[in-house]
Amino acid sequence: MLKRTPLFDSHHKLGGKLVEFGGWEMPVQYTSILDEHLAVRTAAGIFDISHMGEIQVSGPAAETFLNQTLTNDLRKLDVGQGQYTLMCNERGGVIDDLYVYRIADRQYLAVVNASRTDSDVEWIKHRIASNPQASDIEFRNASDLFGAVALQGPRVNEFINTCIVGSSFAGTKVLQACDLKKNQVGLFEFTAGLGGYAIYVARTGYTGEDGFEVIAPFPVIINKIWNRILEAGQPFGLKPCGLGARDTLRTEMCYPLYGHELDESTTPIEAGLGFFVALDKGDFVGRSVLAGQKEKGVSKKCVAFKMTDKSAPPRPRYPIWSAGADAKRIGEVVSGTQSPSLGIGIGMGYVPPPFAKPGTAIEIEIRGKRFAAVVVPKPIYRKPASG
Amino acid sequence: MTNVPSDLRYARTHEWVRVSGDTATVGITDHAQHELTDVVFVELPAVGRQVKAGEACAVVESVKTASDIYSPVSGQIVEVNQAAVDNPALVNSEPYGSGWFYKIKLSYSAELNDLLSPEAYTAQIGQ
Repeated sequence: MLKRTPLFDSHHKLGGKLVEFGGWEMPVQYTSILDEHLAVRTAAGIFDISHMGEIQVSGPAAETFLNQTLTNDLRKLDVGQGQYTLMCNERGGVIDDLYVYRIADRQYLAVVNASRTDSDVEWIKHRIASNPQASDIEFRNASDLFGAVALQGPRVNEFINTCIVGSSFAGTKVLQACDLKKNQVGLFEFTAGLGGYAIYVARTGYTGEDGFEVIAPFPVIINKIWNRILEAGQPFGLKPCGLGARDTLRTEMCYPLYGHELDESTTPIEAGLGFFVALDKGDFVGRSVLAGQKEKGVSKKCVAFKMTDKSAPPRPRYPIWSAGADAKRIGEVVSGTQSPSLGIGIGMGYVPPPFAKPGTAIEIEIRGKRFAAVVVPKPIYRKPASG
Repeated sequence: MTNVPSDLRYARTHEWVRVSGDTATVGITDHAQHELTDVVFVELPAVGRQVKAGEACAVVESVKTASDIYSPVSGQIVEVNQAAVDNPALVNSEPYGSGWFYKIKLSYSAELNDLLSPEAYTAQIGQ
């Protein structure tokens, strides 16, 4: 039985086409992936991300514990800030990639992938159980309690204040939601008939556009937030967007998606996420493997590519070949699609380091035929300069 | 409500056939394009190729998926629609018109009897 988010009825009413994703029944699109994608790039879009997991960790030993469990350095976070980070196993393989927010001095909120929530919870519980400071760490899987939406796009700033009214009372203190800066999170009171409810509003996202992610308890509250945003955003061109557009948007930005760029036998260094691995912060799970890779190099690297031949869109698991006379199979596509913004085939894949330099000619095998492509710098899509 | 023209025959796999003498034009139905949404790539068979009824001979790709197109009838491909290759969105906007896929010289016109009537196809897609 697939799980349903609190917004399921709304997806149905809006004509969303529902698919299975990470054990959840989610809208892949409402009208058109292309239209929804372009709405986010040029105006605004709202996504149901209630399937994502929320894990709360608090207590006197929370920071030390999380810093030994995650790759990025949590000590860099002021109260009211969030950071992208990864959780690795002893081999340096990625258990999950996640966002961690420092909500209060000794209180953290982790937002994790839907498909990985159970594995994450099990791993964290196991690590707490074997931690000498276990009694100083409080842990709660709040995934079933919270719903969440992502509001993304260049015009979001024009109407966010009419959806999230007033000042934040905790986290980063701001007079209005639009004053939050990138990666900041604030707690706001959302008034909805019956009273006020504390909701998290973070200036984060997974599209490459400006925007906010709103995390709220209780189905009735997340529905009120969703409806309020749909209404307030309509004059600005806001569209409800499904996972299809979420995937094309993140692929253009080269943001990893667990199960594609990341898995338990791939390290953050191989995935090109070394920036989020703080080797200098002291010991953490997987550190020795990651430090070794950073020093001695890796055997595969995640690269971004664009098709240069007219071809069908590249897709996950299509073979990657080197170009030229002695062409050989060098790797595999992990994410691939037609780029709605660029109108060409794009993707990411793993290849040996000699083929990882931007500008390297490669070929993608599509239904038995090979088509020319080129390794490009990340991100694949860059916003046109405004003005 | 999707469009199912009354003058065409249909395959269960959502292709349509328009017969003119010993040649048939083949495309995908309005229902199929609506299910696929946003066609971004069309791959058509080579002119001259012999295909059997039920054989995968073309591919249509949306942003999210690649789908095989099965020939509703047997025969030889005599013409393909380059306009749909150049502008795949035609498959969405005019599935029964400028978004057609290929023309095929029929090997066995009796095969046409195996195809669905507009009424039967309408029933299949649950309209």
